[in-house]
Amino acid sequence: MLSSDELGIILLSLKVALCSVAFSLPLAIVIAYVLARFDFAGKTMLDALVHLPLVLPPVVVGYALLLIFGKRGALGAWLDQWFGIVFAFRWTGAALAAAIMGFPLMVRAIRLSMAAVDRRLETVARTLGAARVRVFASVTLPLALPGIVTGALLSFARSLGEFGATITFVSNIPGETETLPLAIYSLTQTPGGDAQALRLSVIAVALSIAALIASEWLTRRASTHKRS
Amino acid sequence: MIDVDIERRVGDFELKVAFRAEAPVVGLFGRSGSGKTTVVNAIAGILRPRRGRIVINEETLFDSDLGIDVAPERRRLGYVFQDDLLFPHLNVEANLLYGYRRASVDAHLIDPDHVTELLGLRALLKRTPETLSGGERQRVAIGRALLAQPRLLLMDEPLASLDLRRQNEVLRYIEQLRDDLAIPIVYVSHSVAEITRLADTVVLLSEGKSLAAGDVESVMGRMELRPHTGRYEAGAVIETSVLSHDVEYGLTTLGFAGGQLVVPNVESLAGERVRVRIRARDISIALERPNAISILNVLEATVTAISQEEGAIVDVGMTVGDTPLVARITRKSLAGLDLRRGQHVYALIKAVSLDRRSVGYA
Repeated sequence: MLSSDELGIILLSLKVALCSVAFSLPLAIVIAYVLARFDFAGKTMLDALVHLPLVLPPVVVGYALLLIFGKRGALGAWLDQWFGIVFAFRWTGAALAAAIMGFPLMVRAIRLSMAAVDRRLETVARTLGAARVRVFASVTLPLALPGIVTGALLSFARSLGEFGATITFVSNIPGETETLPLAIYSLTQTPGGDAQALRLSVIAVALSIAALIASEWLTRRASTHKRS
Repeated sequence: MIDVDIERRVGDFELKVAFRAEAPVVGLFGRSGSGKTTVVNAIAGILRPRRGRIVINEETLFDSDLGIDVAPERRRLGYVFQDDLLFPHLNVEANLLYGYRRASVDAHLIDPDHVTELLGLRALLKRTPETLSGGERQRVAIGRALLAQPRLLLMDEPLASLDLRRQNEVLRYIEQLRDDLAIPIVYVSHSVAEITRLADTVVLLSEGKSLAAGDVESVMGRMELRPHTGRYEAGAVIETSVLSHDVEYGLTTLGFAGGQLVVPNVESLAGERVRVRIRARDISIALERPNAISILNVLEATVTAISQEEGAIVDVGMTVGDTPLVARITRKSLAGLDLRRGQHVYALIKAVSLDRRSVGYA
């Protein structure tokens, strides 16, 4: 079936994608809520910043990450010195690149579903004794759940396919940063690698479809859960 | 005790409302656009007046001079909106308990079982809001507000989005909880029928100003307020209790201080209290007890007051026992009968004039 190399590549890709979603989701929910519910100076700026990865060439994002989070980058050096966190040329860097590239998709989906939540329901909840944070947790969040699931899935799929920013930021290191797209790319550049490239491509398709089915199932479960 | 004195400006609309009221049910009455909803929203803390003061039961909820503005979640006011606004992701039971779970335990005076029973929600507990009828949804919304253990219930046109049959259904439940739970209610409506059926005190609003406050009959009956109250029929509200039902003819006999009243069938049990509104124009006056007449209600009365009016119509105040009534007759009849204060007369009331709209559950 799968060679141990292939299995390693798949597991690494899943690890990178899952971590990128897990760490970016809470921030995406907060930013989506702020954008959907509040008007403030600099809202347009924040909105543009969130959307930047969507319109920039991925290579530029990767290069920016290298400048900021690289070994000698302003933030990279600081994080390394104080927390021992290193992104450059590590799988964590691949996850960071994937998270940033998937972030606009995630925020857009969540923001749309939050804007669709009837604000009067939040008002009712407050008259029933729930403070703002509780209203958010017990009314806004559950009602926006389908959008959150969709946003997480879009970001996950984007992470699985991330190429440009990843290869620029963390290079292509087998076993550390070589995710599916990177592996497929280098196989197509290797004489006789076509067959294996095709196998990995089929696996990539299968993974994407599985993620799609999983999210459908999650959304349905979320909406039947509210019935019980 | 509700003490409201607020100002707020939205665009060209200037709201300046002040009233004090102490009653089981205070009606906020006015046409649409008169500022009723703005007033309840300010009481609930959903919007902030520019200036003023809101005091409920001696607790200041808002005072612009003292810088007090209690957050809506800490005001302990139940709010029933025009639309039921049930939480779509929760079933009926979870909706009912949403506020109950958040109220402090020592404030738990209104019991979920009791409310479920009172509002007839037992069979609906596991259903989702989307499967309920409009009337059922509004009943759940009322129960949810009650179970948050409010010290006052605000109801903003709770019947407005319901058809007539549902309106009657929900109105009946509101009457029951008013009597059963003894919780004060501020009831907002543009419907004279609802206000007179439910409220004891009414505050009349027009174009953002409070024009009058007082008991329902005296405010709604005032001639100079007619442009704002609309075609309000002068009359009297009497408190009665159900004595018996006449199954064969579909009639109910009600007893009150001073006599008995026969009305078309009232769906309630013997002993239950019922509030009846008798319009002045539905009462005729006779000097002798008439025989062979279709009118079922012939009450002995004493004339107490006669309005001094130049037009064709006069109002005659009477008491039946201790109960005041008003009859509206022509000035010609007044002269023909030569009515005077203190005179003994018979008040004639057609049973059919006391229809569903005038008979409510007190």
